[in-house]
Amino acid sequence: MLKVKGIHKAFGTLEVLKNVDLDVEKGDVVAILGPSGSGKTTLLRCINFLERADGGTLEFDGENFSFQHISKKEIARLRKKTAFVFQNYNLFLNKTALQNVTEGLTVARHMPKEQAQDIGKRALEKVGLADRCDYYPSQLSGGQQQRVAIARALATDPEIIFFDEPTSALDPELIGEVLAVMRRLASEGMTMLVVTHEMNFARDVSSRVIFMEGGVIVEAGTSKEFFGNPKEERTKNFLRTIGERFAPEE
Amino acid sequence: MSEELIALLADSFWKILKPGLLATIPLTLIAFSFALVIATVAALIQFANIKVLKQLVRFYIWVIRGTPLLVQLYVVFYGLPNLGILIDPFPAAILVFSINEGAYAAETVRAALEAVPSGQMEAGYCVGMSYLQIMRRIVLPQAMRTAVPSLGNGLISMLKDTSLASNITVLEMLMATQRIVARTYEALALYIEVGVIYLMFSTIFTMLQRAVEKRLNGYERKGRANA
Repeated sequence: MLKVKGIHKAFGTLEVLKNVDLDVEKGDVVAILGPSGSGKTTLLRCINFLERADGGTLEFDGENFSFQHISKKEIARLRKKTAFVFQNYNLFLNKTALQNVTEGLTVARHMPKEQAQDIGKRALEKVGLADRCDYYPSQLSGGQQQRVAIARALATDPEIIFFDEPTSALDPELIGEVLAVMRRLASEGMTMLVVTHEMNFARDVSSRVIFMEGGVIVEAGTSKEFFGNPKEERTKNFLRTIGERFAPEE
Repeated sequence: MSEELIALLADSFWKILKPGLLATIPLTLIAFSFALVIATVAALIQFANIKVLKQLVRFYIWVIRGTPLLVQLYVVFYGLPNLGILIDPFPAAILVFSINEGAYAAETVRAALEAVPSGQMEAGYCVGMSYLQIMRRIVLPQAMRTAVPSLGNGLISMLKDTSLASNITVLEMLMATQRIVARTYEALALYIEVGVIYLMFSTIFTMLQRAVEKRLNGYERKGRANA
């Protein structure tokens, strides 16, 4: 469904992505792991054109695009089929939870208000925040804000949701509620591409894992293979450094 | 204080207040409204980085902020007639005050736009909104909230600066006072009186500013209601 080929991105002289390939099938939950500075967030942001990659191609829904030469119109069209969940939520601060969710429907997709509110309320219900419709982001906890952000992503019925470290800004006790929502989405067959540091999530929920370091993909495979039987030495090291539980058996 | 003086002050209070209500306040409110429009457009042009227009806006702000308001009033009212352009005192004052305050307010609004976190824009794009939709519905409303205190200062400054319009024969509060002084020679008492009336007006404007701030701050309430 989504195929990235040879994506390349440099900030000045710093190469952040060095010809990375990526393939996501419908229903896949792909976790992108790696140490900070490995380029995983940049990869995600480039795929959604929040950063402009300077090389590579994107195949989405059977259509081909060049990262360098895609027009603004095509970017806008592609974005309407995808959704993005940010590390720091980025809820619209001047909108209530429900307005945050319906904004993309009424304004960007010209949906009638009543219909949008129906969808919005259902989306908020799904993330367990039906009673917080009229709250502003400043009145919600981090975990609640991130769940509103996920509801906002769901409301537009996207073909894929990109998650950029969705739990990294959260207090430890709030991480669980967000991961629970993501688990549920995964089990319902939502296609997800998730940059994360949550190893449990990557191991238990994702179908495939990509391990990046220094702007390249070091290892990619099913999560079972990746955690059970990693091939690359760097992957083994990474798993060892993040914790005993994930260390490959010798 | 003599009884005569008290009678004079009481008598002149309305004579000064009336041009205040008929000239000072309308001049301030009309010019400030135009200034807000000019400022918003100028700030958006700079924020969106529109090439040639941006240079024009920078030039406009540079000239207006770098020259005295009184000189600007003289150029328009006493200078333009040399080119055959005659403008009545009141419209001339509105024109100059709008353009002058517009330049200052443009910088305020631009700074406020830049203070809105870039994530707001990105989130807007990601839900499928266009640049203009995001500006209108997300970024501008948030920026205006940040800008209100500074804009309120601008409004109060302008209220006081309208006294300069007496120099181009606009019959506003200061000129009305000057006329009474010329007749009675009670300069101290009368100029203090007009000062008090200015203070009255600026107090009302300050209260207005607070009310607007409070309204716009709705979404920034600290603490969680019923959480």
